[in-house]
Amino acid sequence: MTTEAIQPAPLTAVKQHYTFAEGPEGLVLESGARLGPVTLAYETYGTLNAARDNVILVAHAFSGDSHAAGYYPGDPEGEKPGWWDFMIGPGKGIDTDKFFVVCPNILGSCMGSTGPSSLNPATDAPYGLDFPMMTIGDIVSTQKTLMDHLGIRRLHGVVGGSVGGMQVLEWCVRYPQFLRSAVAIATTMRHSALAIAFNEIARQSIMADPNWNKGNYYGGSKPDMGLAVARMVGHVTYLSDEAMRRKFGRKLQDKETFSFGFDGDFQIESYLRHQGTKFVNRFDANSVLYITKASDYFDVVERMGKIERPSKKNSEKRKYLVISYTSDWLYPTYQAKELVQTLKRSDQDVSFCEIEADCGHDAFLIPDERLTTLIRGFFDGLS
Amino acid sequence: MVFPESTDIRFDLRIIASTIEPGSRVLDLGCGNGDLLAWLAGNKQVTGTGIEQDKTKAAACIARGLSVLQGDLNAEVDDYPDCSFDYVILSQTLQQVLEPARLLYSLARIGRKVIVSFPNFSHYSIRLQLLCRGIAPKNEQLPYSWYDSPNIRVITLKDFRKFARDVGYNILREIAISSDPAGSEGRIIRFFTNIRAAYGVYIIEKIRSG
Repeated sequence: MTTEAIQPAPLTAVKQHYTFAEGPEGLVLESGARLGPVTLAYETYGTLNAARDNVILVAHAFSGDSHAAGYYPGDPEGEKPGWWDFMIGPGKGIDTDKFFVVCPNILGSCMGSTGPSSLNPATDAPYGLDFPMMTIGDIVSTQKTLMDHLGIRRLHGVVGGSVGGMQVLEWCVRYPQFLRSAVAIATTMRHSALAIAFNEIARQSIMADPNWNKGNYYGGSKPDMGLAVARMVGHVTYLSDEAMRRKFGRKLQDKETFSFGFDGDFQIESYLRHQGTKFVNRFDANSVLYITKASDYFDVVERMGKIERPSKKNSEKRKYLVISYTSDWLYPTYQAKELVQTLKRSDQDVSFCEIEADCGHDAFLIPDERLTTLIRGFFDGLS
Repeated sequence: MVFPESTDIRFDLRIIASTIEPGSRVLDLGCGNGDLLAWLAGNKQVTGTGIEQDKTKAAACIARGLSVLQGDLNAEVDDYPDCSFDYVILSQTLQQVLEPARLLYSLARIGRKVIVSFPNFSHYSIRLQLLCRGIAPKNEQLPYSWYDSPNIRVITLKDFRKFARDVGYNILREIAISSDPAGSEGRIIRFFTNIRAAYGVYIIEKIRSG
């Protein structure tokens, strides 16, 4: 008999699509603009129970997608699994033996859901800047439409980090009755000037690329250089001083001495260039403009303070879990604490933990047993 | 009265647990690994929240399904609305607080009743060490040296009674206890408490005018 632990088979992922708002009215967005038809790409893992209430909605971050876990059937050998595969699966933190996990790609993205690179039915050409400005509120309301379509009665939980965490908070203020719990990781109730500043640099970098052509570049040369630089800036904000010192320091890339030129001597330079190039191959520059702007507009401070107080006798109080990271300088712990404070003031059942980690804002995407244990315990404690 | 089994939790926490009404809302300050909160939730249908400074302990609490905030208790208590809890528990922490009067004021604001426990510095073993040997006393409840002790406040049962009166609290109940070094077993002391008790447990409430 073998003593090796039996590893459950990896999840098989299937990207699905749901299209709605196909009528002439389309979908009215928060700005008042109309958009239609709207398609959301999504993936599901696990099985929906008979009561249709064992659902956990996973909200992805700014440049994420619906592929949160597992492998596609046609994935070549060595392909990476979904972006939160360490968290989602049989027996994992979000246990697909218990929960039905849904991860939709956000509105405005370019990973299967409707966004600026989608075809505008009015012109038969990609929207470009004709795509109406959407908000985090619009992202969440389209997710709700998807939940209704899937016949889901109530969410056991909604969980997400960064811009995914913003979606979690938007869910809390928009559809509180639909939620049993919410987990907001490395996020904020609204962007600080610092966060807006970095987003603006990213946008300006894209728009300064001559290929950008006021957003109308589909079918021609794309603003790859601008997009790559935008990603480089973004990537720095996702790391931390400690992490960069530990990983790169002042080490040189494939050389012993300085080149005394601009080819890139330091490892950090070559790392950022690599990240930029990688991003250009998978993401649309206009989507970066729209999604960064939506996250800059996002502000739930006032609405968060007005969430209905739980009634005294209700046996099933909605629970919140807020998690921050010590080295996150994009959404530092003080911003998570402001969220906790707001929830406490309206008598909500909130838990908070700061996790000691030196890898910065992106820490929630790096396998960490502490995060897994927290989330598993939190979701299990509800049932 | 529901009384916890001896193996579950520390003796002084068992005494505290036994005084709490079923179905109450409880805030446990410095909740550690959450043993008291878990027991209260399981046995007295208590809706509990804990505050714990230590990140690992706070995470352990959340992972066992408890509602716990990781942070400094002095700061965390400020955010709650008045009378958010039926009981606020401050167990064996008062002697480590920089501003006890300010903290107690906040606790009595957010809780209807406050349960405070602390080691008694007038226990005879401490008195004898100071009297006979002339050294800063140590015992099982207060194992630290003068230079590494987190216990910056020297309190006796008598001191606390006077303090409570002076700053405007009713003492609803006083329980003096002794317990073994591990804290797992103990007994209630009824006579000469100020000299014989290792710990005092007090249930107090704010004298609310009008």
